[in-house]
This record gives sequence, C-alpha cells and structure tokens, in this order.
Amino acid sequence: MRDNRRYIIQFVFLLIGFVYLARLFYLQIIDDSYKIKALATSSERVVQYPQRGQIYDRNGKLIVYNTPVYDLMMVPKKSKIADTLAFCQLLEITRHEFDSLIGKMKKEQGYSRVRPSVFMGQLSTIDFAKIQDGLIDYPGFYVTARTIRHYPYISMANTLGYVGEINSKQLAKQEENYYSQGDYIGLSGLEASYEKELRGQKGVKYVMVNVHHVEKGAFKNGALDTAAVAGESLNSTIDIDLQQYAEKLMQNKVGSIVAIDPQTGEVLTMVSSPTYDPNLLSGTRAYSRNFNRLLKDPLLPLYSRPLQAVYRPGSIFKLVQSLTALQEGAITTGSTFPLDGPMKCHKHSGAHNTLHNAIQMSCNVYFYHVFRHNIYHHETGNMFRDSEKGLMRWRNSVAKFGFGRRLGIDLPNEKRGFVPDTAYFNKVYGAHSWKFSNWYSMAIGEGELGVVPLQMANLVSIIANRGYYYVPHLIKGVGKNGKISEKYTTRNSVDVDSSHFKVVVQAMEDVVNAGTGRSARIDSIIVCGKTGTSENKGGKDHSVFVAFAPRDNPKIAIAVYVENAGFGAAVAAPIASLLMEKYIKGSVSEKRKAIEKGIIEKNFMPAPKVPVLPKVPPGGILNKVVKQDSIAKPMGKKPIVTARNSNVPLVKVSQGKTN
Amino acid sequence: MYREDKVTSYLDWPTVLLFAACVLIGWFNIFAAVFDVENQKSIFDLSLNSGKQLLWIGTGAVIVIVILVLDYRFYETFAYIILAFTVISLVGVLLLAKDVNGAKSWFEIGSFRVQPSEFAKFATALALAKYLSQPGLNLEKWKDLIPVGAILAVPALLILFQNDTGSFLVFSAFIFVLYREGLSPIIPVVGIAAIVVLVLTLLVPILYLVIGFTIVAGFIILTLQRRNFRNIAMVVGGLVLLCGMAVGANAAIGKLQDHQQKRIKSLVNPGLEPQGIGYQVNQSKIAIGSGGLLGKGWLEGTQTKLNFVPEQSTDFIFCTIGEEHGLIGSTLVIAVFMGLLCRLLYLAERQKDRFARIYGYCVASIIFFHFFINLGMVIGLLPVIGIPLPFISYGGSSLWSFTILLFIFLKLDAHRLQTLAR
Repeated sequence: MRDNRRYIIQFVFLLIGFVYLARLFYLQIIDDSYKIKALATSSERVVQYPQRGQIYDRNGKLIVYNTPVYDLMMVPKKSKIADTLAFCQLLEITRHEFDSLIGKMKKEQGYSRVRPSVFMGQLSTIDFAKIQDGLIDYPGFYVTARTIRHYPYISMANTLGYVGEINSKQLAKQEENYYSQGDYIGLSGLEASYEKELRGQKGVKYVMVNVHHVEKGAFKNGALDTAAVAGESLNSTIDIDLQQYAEKLMQNKVGSIVAIDPQTGEVLTMVSSPTYDPNLLSGTRAYSRNFNRLLKDPLLPLYSRPLQAVYRPGSIFKLVQSLTALQEGAITTGSTFPLDGPMKCHKHSGAHNTLHNAIQMSCNVYFYHVFRHNIYHHETGNMFRDSEKGLMRWRNSVAKFGFGRRLGIDLPNEKRGFVPDTAYFNKVYGAHSWKFSNWYSMAIGEGELGVVPLQMANLVSIIANRGYYYVPHLIKGVGKNGKISEKYTTRNSVDVDSSHFKVVVQAMEDVVNAGTGRSARIDSIIVCGKTGTSENKGGKDHSVFVAFAPRDNPKIAIAVYVENAGFGAAVAAPIASLLMEKYIKGSVSEKRKAIEKGIIEKNFMPAPKVPVLPKVPPGGILNKVVKQDSIAKPMGKKPIVTARNSNVPLVKVSQGKTN
Repeated sequence: MYREDKVTSYLDWPTVLLFAACVLIGWFNIFAAVFDVENQKSIFDLSLNSGKQLLWIGTGAVIVIVILVLDYRFYETFAYIILAFTVISLVGVLLLAKDVNGAKSWFEIGSFRVQPSEFAKFATALALAKYLSQPGLNLEKWKDLIPVGAILAVPALLILFQNDTGSFLVFSAFIFVLYREGLSPIIPVVGIAAIVVLVLTLLVPILYLVIGFTIVAGFIILTLQRRNFRNIAMVVGGLVLLCGMAVGANAAIGKLQDHQQKRIKSLVNPGLEPQGIGYQVNQSKIAIGSGGLLGKGWLEGTQTKLNFVPEQSTDFIFCTIGEEHGLIGSTLVIAVFMGLLCRLLYLAERQKDRFARIYGYCVASIIFFHFFINLGMVIGLLPVIGIPLPFISYGGSSLWSFTILLFIFLKLDAHRLQTLAR
C-alpha cells in the first residue's frame, strides 16, 4: 500500500505539469488576444514629420526656409535642481516665473513624472546657445529641436502666407486623411496653394514604450518604419530685391503693386501695403500671440490687396474700351466724335480729336462715344434690346482680357472683380427697362466696374504682348526639375488683332513722353503707360498707374495702386517708373535718387479710426467685417523685428532693412 | 583525495545536469528580463541582476563543494541543531530586521541581505527526516504526530509573523512527505476540502453554499450502500463541519474592512482589481501569451523588459521565458522540472536509509510546491503568492537554499551503499 503512495505522489506531480502545459498551450497558441494586447501596450506609433520645402526667388536667393527652435524638456522624476536661483539665472527668468512654468507644465494633459514635458517652449537658437552649457549641471533637463518657418527678407508676407495648426473644418473635409489634429498646414498664400508640394510625406516610426510610456528604442529594430520624405522646394518668380525695393517705396502708403514679366506671365513683384513681418506668424507661440492682433488691425495687414482689393479701374479702362471697339469695328483709329455729351473733357480741344489723342489725354467724352458705338449696333431698332445685346457682346470681349473672372493665379482667395451682365441690370432697374444711358460711366472705367490690381497688371501685359498673355503665376518650378501646371505655360489670346494695338501702344508711349504720365519717364528706355484716378467717394481718390517697358520686346508690365494719393501721375507713376528702371537696368540712376527719396517719405496713411477699406463696387466683394471700435495703432517709425514688446505696432509701416 | 574521488564518482550526474540546466536557464533569462535596449550592458555587469546572479551561482558552487566534502553523517547528526539555529535566526530577524515591502524577513549586513526563511526550508526538512526516520514511529498515532507538528509549526509560524505568506505556505509541501510515510489520507483530503470551501465562500453567497452542501449530502445519503446510523452520522457531521467552515470564513471576511475584503476576493477573482493584483496577473498573461509557439527571441521580449510585468527577474521570471521562447521554451522548462522531480523521487525510493529517503521526499516536495505555486500564479491559475521559481528566479538566498537543499540529498545519495537499511 505504501508503494502505491509513491506513484500517487508522482502522479500528482506529473498531473500538475500537464495541467500547466495545457494552460500554456491555451495562452500561447489558442488565445490570440494576448499578442494584440502586448502590441497595444508596448509599442507606440510615432509620426515623423518631414522638412517643409524651401522657397527660392527667381535668382536663386533663399526666401523661405526652416529654422530650428528648441523646446526645453523636463523629466520631473529625473530632474535635480540643486540651486533654484542659479537655475533661474541661467534661464533668465524670475523665481516666480519658474514656479508658474512648473505649475503650467503640471496642468498639461497627459503630464507624468516619468515622461518628458515641455518646460519652456520654442527657444531661439541664441537662447539655446546661452543655456546649452549650463544645462549639463541639471539632470532631467534636455533640449529637443524642431523647425519653424523663417523668412529672412521680412518681405512679401501676404504672398508667402503662413503655416499654422490645421483647424477642425479642414481636418473634417480633407480627402486623403493625411492630417491629424495638431498638424501644421499652409493656411494662406503660397504656403497654402503649394501645400501638397511643400509638406512632403510623413513617415512613421514604431517605438517600444515601457509601462510609463517612456520610449525605449525602436520596435523590431525599425523594420516597420517608413522614413519621412522632405517637401519639394519651390522656385519662385519673385525678384526679392525688386520686391523689397517696391515695399520700401510703398511704406506709409496703402495700396498694391503687381509687376509681371509679360513674356512668361511670371510675377516679379507683388506688394500689398501695409504688410507685416511674416515671422510674426511663424511657430505656435508667435502665431497665437500675434494673429488676432493682426486680424483686428484696422489697416488690414492680412488682407492681400493685389488679389482682393476691388477698385474702379478708372481711366486705364479706356485702353480696354479702345481695343474692344477697334476689334468690333465700332470705331477706327481715325474716328472723331463731337466733344459734347453727358461727359466733359477738360484736357484738350477738338483739334486733337483722334483715338490716339483721346488715349494720350484721357478724354472722357471721346470714350463715351467709343463705348456707345461699341454697344449700339442698331440691330433690333429697340434701344433696350440693343443695349442688352451690346452689353453681353462687350462683356464677352472684356472677359477675354481677364475682367470679371479669376485669372487663376497660384494663390488662394483671388477675387473676380465685377463686370455687370444683363441679369445684374435687370435686378437693379427691372427687367428690360434699362439701356446704355443707365451705365455709360463704365466707358471711362467708373460706375459698376470693379477690378483687382492683378487684373490691371495683366491688362498691361496683354498690351505689351500685343494681344496675348500667360496666366500670372508665382512659382516657375517645383523641386529639382518639376514642371508647373500647363495652365501657366499656355498662351491665352484676347482675340484682338495685333494691328489694333499699334495705336494704343503709341498713345501709351506718348502718355509718358508728353501726356499725363510724364513722371514715369526713364532715360534710354521707352516706357508706355497710362495714368488713372480711381474715384473714391469716401475720401481722396486713388492714384493708379499702369505701364510696360521697353516698348519693343517688353520685360516688365506693372500696375501700381496707391490709395488716397490723388491723381495717378502724382505717386503711382514715379513708383512704377523707379521699379521698371531698377528691374531693367539693375539699379536706379543717381539723378533719380531725389525722386526716390521723395516717394519714400510721402505718407498717405489714412487718419486713425478710419477703416482703410477700398470702395466696394456693386458687385459686393469685400465681406470682411472690420470692427469699428478697434483703435488704430500708432504709426511708429520703428521696424518690427520682435513682437516681445506689445506696444510696438505689428504693421510694418516702415521698412528699414532694404539696401 | 580518496573521499572526493568517491563522492564525484557516486554523485548522481543526471540530477546535477538538470540542476545546472535550471541555473543557466535562470541566469540567461534574468539578463533578458532586466535588459535595457537603450542602455545595453553586459550579462556580467554587476549593476545588473544577471551579474549579481552569477556571483550567487559562483558562491553556490563553493557551497556545493563544502557540502560534498563534509561527512555525510554530519547532516543527520546535527539536524536538530541546524533547525535550532534557524529558529533563533528567524526570531532574530523578527526583532532586528527593518520592514521591506511590509515583510520583516531580511537580515542586512552592509549591502548584503540574507533571508533566513529560505534556509528554514532545508533545516526543517533535515529535522523532519531525522524525527521520522526513528524506528517504530507510526504517523497514525497522535503521540507521534505532535512532535511532527511542532517541528513544522515553529519555523512556519515565525515566518508567518514575518508577513512572508509565500514561504509560510511552502511548509504545507511536507504533507507529501508525511503521506508517503504513512499519514492517513484523510488529513490532506480534509485540508484540500477546507481550501475548496474557503474559495467557494469567496465566490458564492453563503446561503447558496449551505443549500448546495445540503443537497450534495442528501444525495450521498440516498446513494449510500449501507444506510446505517454510523454512515449517515458521518455525512451529516461532514456537512455540519463544511457549513461551519463556510459560515466562519464568511463571518471572518465580513469583519474585515472593505479594501481588505476586496483584496482577499481579488485573490480568487483578479478581475476585481485591475490595477492591483489583477493588473500583475493580466500583464503576466499578456507577456506569456504574446510569446506564441516560438517566442519573440532572446532579448526581443517587450512586456517583461519594459516593466509591464512586475518582479520580472524574481517571482515572474517565467514570463520572460514564455514571452521570448514561446511554448517551446515553456515546455522545456516544465519538462526539466518534471524530469528533476521524477529523478528525485526515484533517487529517494532507492535509498536504504530512511533518513535519506524521507529527506529526498522533502526536497522533491519543496521544489514541486514552489513550481506549483509560482507557475500557477504567472499563468493565472492560482492567486498571486510571492514565492520564487527554484534555481531560476533571481536571488542569492533562494538560489543558495535550493542548492543546499538539493546537494545535501545528492551527498546522502552518493553514500547510500555505505549505510545499512534501518
């Protein structure tokens, strides 16, 4: 019987062994859930952010790049601060600030004593250099680098745009599920329109994390990881030197400049004034500190005037009226008209009554007749019906010049401008109860018409080319040899015979030589231009000038708008002239330095508290609500480099850095 | 020289081989358990548990030589004295030791820590073997059982006072020895019944339990072949005893505070406390379960070395084996233990000397009990009771005590032909 007991004991031992084996077979082979749980608890997916693409100007100068900022991280459990005072001195903070930083850090979501938290965010390279050596004495503190956008030229803020955290609306409507909460995305300007090219491709790294979510090396030695692909760099068409010069000329003025190379449609310069330092919106800290202040500024620095400010075209539109009427056969170059009508001409006498002279002298009544002839073809014998037919025919021709529609520049938020159609007048005056006499003021570019400065620059481009244009664009190359959209390399004809341009170009030349635009003359270069004065019922008229040069084989077409500066020749023409000279010759001649100085010193800033909104034509384009109670910032002369001091105005009304 | 030659030539090498296998498996897996991907150190690095374990293994080898060199009669002769010393040191540890994690079980000499309760195991085994090997002893007589109870109870209770529940429970392993030496099977059966009742009390409301017991008792009475008064009285007596135990246990638990009740209940049902004991078992199961058939490979485990599993180099060392070497590795470890246990039983049975045989059973029982409780805990079949896996878990005291335990028996076995059957 006792011998049995030996085997019973052995049986119990082996039984337990088999029970445990069976249990292990179940845990390790049959039940899969543990493998999934293990993966879920011990590995984490870390997104690798690519370097955003850089942007170069047309001469290869780097105008946008990434610059490192440094987050001072703290692992509270590992940190030892022997002497808090010395630590505060190192960081140049007070004891009180130190305490509040610690307190703020502890309140962050997901704060843990064993994981790194941001103690001080986004230190500059200079700040980092100051503390780098001293930090060795403080275990548990270290610095991680990341990059934000940097704009070394402090220029063309509205064109470049800014990068910021993606908002919930964009997050919801993205098509390919690329972005996640907290990601950065181009929010305006080139940063937005070339977002896909600039952003690159995110990578993914799998890391092992321990029970406290502290990273512990690569998961499976990185076998599942994908590397981030850096974004493509962009080659811009902007000439940054010309751009900065233009911004300097526009200081203390409200308005726009657009300069285009007519032979390619490349935008050489695009100024929206007043502007701001684009670095003010770079990085989360700067962005959150400055964005609302810029948004509420009554001078609307975030508003891209070349694309969004809709003005009445004024006398410049006479060029379009001439060309469309010639093409229609409504007039000839030799047509003469009685110098009476609902409009008056105060410039010249009847002796010079030709198309050439009318353009040169900007004769209003002449163009009243041109427009009238162009509209009324006496097809139906009914003035109302003829007006409708004529309007639509004319509107169609004008649209070919790019008016009343978006040209399609590679920037967001381009405005259409406004060219009325029959439906519009039916709404205003009642169906079929209106005729030419209701809207003849469009003959001289007033009335219902609305254009943006870009469209005017494009018009000059068309005239410079004698009948065609390329869609204006700011990027001429993506990546190393990436091509741009075909849209920007296709020649668009305005369907006006090139012969009709001869008289217009000749008249524009004479405008500069002997007409209203003499202030635009440049030695040894034949400049063709046209002045304009955009009526502004609320205040002083806007000074407008368009031009191209040289007359033959033109290199630059330009449109200059200066708000509240009066007659076109006064300010806009010299600005255009200086820019053309600088672009074609490389520099401005010595004897014109006095003019340059005078322009720079001119101040056409509106009085405080008056919102600087361009007149809104009937098309109703500008929907931006400006808070009237926001007080205009003082117009300091200091350039803004830093926004640390909140008393300094953000709007860059003066520009001290150029040349 | 003569004696040593003799010892090595009569030493049971299969057991030594299995022992060495366990120790090496332990050493490599301790290194794997504490391996830090970001701060890689050598397996020999003394700042790691693996480096320290190598020290314990080396000193363990010295101890083995000392055991083999000493006269084999030494252990039987001094059995009671060794136990007396152990009891004194257990009392001493109670008086002198500091609290470590709620337990007072460590002597600290500098940075060196000794746990007397580990050594109490072989001391008790020696004393028990010596007592039971007396000729004419009958374990069915109370007179002879009382000294047995004393030999077991004194060190066991002292260890319980240290709050070292695991080591205390190890003393129940001697039930196998007593059973082998003639103890009535009723005692272990009643013991197991008591444990079952206690567990049921925690799981089932007391009223259902009493009703269930009564139904079972009624069924037994109905099916009795000889339904005489004696048999019926025995069943009813058993029923009253069981119900009494259940009600008593229930009342005892009811008197405890809420969090203590919860803790006891979570022993049986780990899901009750996912962040406490339940958390440990859950992480342990995840680690082992994620190993699959072949495991993740040596040093490739994630759950153990990233600290998800608690005590990963001591009590939960099997998690590392299961995670990195999968079912193959787990099976190997179980097979090694089963082989060792069967070999020990075989060796014990071939002894002519009763002392050596009983001691052999003690060794096998103690190793088995550790294996049973430790593995049952890490694979989630038993409550979490902190006792090490013999030869494998990290720890000097535990490695030494098991080595001493085993090699005293191998020394006795080597001399089995020199002793006459008693």
